Amino acid sequence: MVRDGGRRPILEVRDLKVEFPTRRGTLVAVDGVSFHIEEGEVLGVVGESGAGKSLTGAAVIGLLEPPGRIAAGQILLDGERVDHLPYERMRKLRGKKIAMVFQDPLTSLNPLYTVGRQLVETILTHEDLSAGAARGRAVELLAEVGIPSPVQRIDQYPHQFSGGMRQRVVIALALCANPRLVIADEPTTALDVSIQAQIIRLLKRLCEEHGAAVMLITHDMGVIAETADRVAVMYAGRIVEIGPVREVIRHARHPYTHGLMGSIPVIGHDLERLVQIEGTMPRLTEIPPGCPFHPRCPAAFERCRHERPELMPVDGSTAACWLHDRAA
Amino acid sequence: MLAFVVQRLLQAILVMLVVALISFSLFQFVGDPINNMVGQETTTAQREALRERLGLNDPVPVQFIKWVANAAQGEFGLSYRMGKPVAALIAERLPATMELVLLSALLALLIGVPMGVHTGLRRDSWLSRVFLTVSLIGISLPTFLIGILLILIFGVWLGWLPTFGRGGTVDLGVWETSFLTLQGWSHLIMPAFTLALFQLTLIMRLVRAEMLEVLRTDYIKFARARGLRDRTINFGHALKNTLVPVITIMGLQIGALLAFSIITETVFQWPGMGLLIIQAIQFVDIPIMSTYLVLIALFFVLINLAVDLLYYAVDPRLRVERAVAAI
Amino acid sequence: MATRPAEIEGLALGRGARLFDGLRRFFDGDVFYSFRRSPVTVVSFAVTLILLLAALLAPSLAPHNTYDVASLDLVNAFRPPAWADGGDPRFLLGTDDQGRDVLSSIMFGLRISLLVGFVAVMLAAVVGTLLGLLSGYLGGVLDSVIMRIADVQLTFPAILIALLIDGIVGTLLSPAARRDFKIYVLVAAIAASLWVNFARTVRGSTMVEKNKEYVQAAKVIGVHPGLIMLRHVLPNVLGPVLVIATLSLAIAILTEATLSFLGVGVPVTRPSLGTLIRIGNDFLFSGEWWMTIFPGVALVLLVLAVNLLGDWLRDALNPKLR
Repeated sequence: MVRDGGRRPILEVRDLKVEFPTRRGTLVAVDGVSFHIEEGEVLGVVGESGAGKSLTGAAVIGLLEPPGRIAAGQILLDGERVDHLPYERMRKLRGKKIAMVFQDPLTSLNPLYTVGRQLVETILTHEDLSAGAARGRAVELLAEVGIPSPVQRIDQYPHQFSGGMRQRVVIALALCANPRLVIADEPTTALDVSIQAQIIRLLKRLCEEHGAAVMLITHDMGVIAETADRVAVMYAGRIVEIGPVREVIRHARHPYTHGLMGSIPVIGHDLERLVQIEGTMPRLTEIPPGCPFHPRCPAAFERCRHERPELMPVDGSTAACWLHDRAA
Repeated sequence: MLAFVVQRLLQAILVMLVVALISFSLFQFVGDPINNMVGQETTTAQREALRERLGLNDPVPVQFIKWVANAAQGEFGLSYRMGKPVAALIAERLPATMELVLLSALLALLIGVPMGVHTGLRRDSWLSRVFLTVSLIGISLPTFLIGILLILIFGVWLGWLPTFGRGGTVDLGVWETSFLTLQGWSHLIMPAFTLALFQLTLIMRLVRAEMLEVLRTDYIKFARARGLRDRTINFGHALKNTLVPVITIMGLQIGALLAFSIITETVFQWPGMGLLIIQAIQFVDIPIMSTYLVLIALFFVLINLAVDLLYYAVDPRLRVERAVAAI
Repeated sequence: MATRPAEIEGLALGRGARLFDGLRRFFDGDVFYSFRRSPVTVVSFAVTLILLLAALLAPSLAPHNTYDVASLDLVNAFRPPAWADGGDPRFLLGTDDQGRDVLSSIMFGLRISLLVGFVAVMLAAVVGTLLGLLSGYLGGVLDSVIMRIADVQLTFPAILIALLIDGIVGTLLSPAARRDFKIYVLVAAIAASLWVNFARTVRGSTMVEKNKEYVQAAKVIGVHPGLIMLRHVLPNVLGPVLVIATLSLAIAILTEATLSFLGVGVPVTRPSLGTLIRIGNDFLFSGEWWMTIFPGVALVLLVLAVNLLGDWLRDALNPKLR
């Protein structure tokens, strides 16, 4: 798709379907997900555990663990298809064009190597520099992410850093080769609450400075509200709503999103009890026909039980809900 | 670092003392050692004199201290069965066992580790399947049976290799070695391989299991996400992290090699310490048994110490640095 | 824990019905599925079963009773297997130096090997599990002591421990007592070399379960710790224990065979496979290979089959691999 000015979005995902063949049949974990991310934009992907957010991210960077595989759909990076690239070509893109940051900084770093060694080897993989120049780059990167005394700390081991510092190192590693897209999978979930805000702000700032788009996967709506430009809400392997952050948060178009927002306590508001959505998200083996949310939806009607809604525009945003299709 | 070493040394000494106690108490249960050492014609007066001279009338704790003091100087008494000093018996057989164990350890390592790495990295290749099948047979075949089979095939049927003993050795003064002659090697190769096979399969399976575990970790995932080359990931990261815990096990394996060498020596009539201890057990030759116990314990303690130190050197997390990260 | 309704239901339906239900669930479950899926495992299970039957039914199945000295005739000695020159169809796999049928000897030998192995593993499992439970649940000094002993013992391989115990006990008993108690000492020695694996694993699982809420709740109510361990912790630990027991069986059989081969194992009057191999070994150079090779093959088949079963069991019961 080509937008105004002829600029392509940096990432386009069309009808992505991720499957897991098991002995009990094929499980569809991501079912027809479509979205795009503009250059320099931050797209939040929010939803409960098991909604398919991490798998979508893994599919984009080509790191789906077998037996999971992309069964259908297309992933386009800068207009070129990357979903079924041969391994070596995909490898060259990783780190250089697409980067990924994981949840737990403690386990993301190899405990036996110094931070500097891990930085330098990543830099040298993607750029043709001398060892000395690479080391210099590494020190710069550490300074950029806010590590004090980078010249000393570059030779230290991961266990010598605190949790927040480690995640900064991880971010430095991800941004080594100036990728165009950074996928952050729950980057702050494993950190202390007091550090979370720092790291998120750092991530956003650096990506703006480096001109990278961000796909921010999280279940924390607060993080999205602060950082994202647009947000996609996922449920049972599908996107049920996607739109500008302000719109989605203030005027949720989909009953599920509405429920999500209502369950967040707001300081200054008096509430008797938190709003709760009845029931739980269905397991992959038990997804109901029609709209997957209908058993829990307070506004469900007959059509919801039989026909699966696709994303449709609803003044300023998009949602997959029959409530908005008055033309039917 | 120093505290670590000192602590380990103290533990080692403690273990040795306990073992010494056990070894020493073996003597207490056997009745009168004098009877084992002299003939029937010796008079009671002569036995009494001998008893006095050997210090057997002293109180037990004193005897223990004397025994330990003697042991520390390498004086372990006389073998009941053969009458010769235990220390001398052991000394003349030690080189044979040591060379066998050394060569086997090397073989097991040099073959086992690459096999393990290959089966860990290329899980579905046909070579991996072959290796795994071989390994399964390897741990199901008892060492003595391997030895017998090798003797049968290469010694009896094909006649290529000698089937027993050490053959000619070169005397280097205090140590007689098989390594310097072709004949020595031809005698050494079958026993060494027999001994190595069990350990080889164990090492291979261990390395494979570790490798598979490591390849599932987050830091390997992150390394892939950064676009590092496969070779860097497999040999730079995965291999190094695999070998660290494997080092401890390999250190302990040398101890197992020593134990299994007893069997191998029996099958191949290898004149080492193994044969000595078997006969000692059969004849209840206590001085040899107790000395062997002490020696084995010493050996294991030293190995454990070496492995601990090695681990310390390799895993940076064990080194407590002065600088602690500040938030 | 909702055990109450099940108990009442069980009483109402009878134990048989519950057993049937349990079996049905087992055959429908993941474990049996992976069993059926793997031809290697099925074959090894079949082989183990055959060898087990041969061992159990040896007195009735074996063509000859090799323990009956009166029935031996030296004229039959040194016969090669039935298909070779000079062979006799009565003695399918040949005879040994005393005229004993090798096939029958193997069957009786299997019996002894399996018996010693099983009993040793049972002993090790019971002692190890008990110590593991105590160690994990009670913690403290008891835990440290037990684990220290275990650590030290782990550095010594099974053969060595069994040898040393055999030797030490040998010094304590008179030669006559030694002979009589030889087999008990052997079983104890092998068990002593195996208990550590059980203890460690059980201890680990116990420590995990100990911290779970339902155990804390039971403690608060005042349930006796022994009861907690038995009814709550033990069932969770049985899976890994089963895997270790199977793999330990293979080790136990090998250890016993090795000790018997070295001459410090089972008494010669009741030879195990290891003893048979040792006896046959003396005649290897004169060309009577069948006396050693056939018992050797039987031993390898047995251990291989048990190992394969254990491997499969471990993979099937490992939640991480599912």
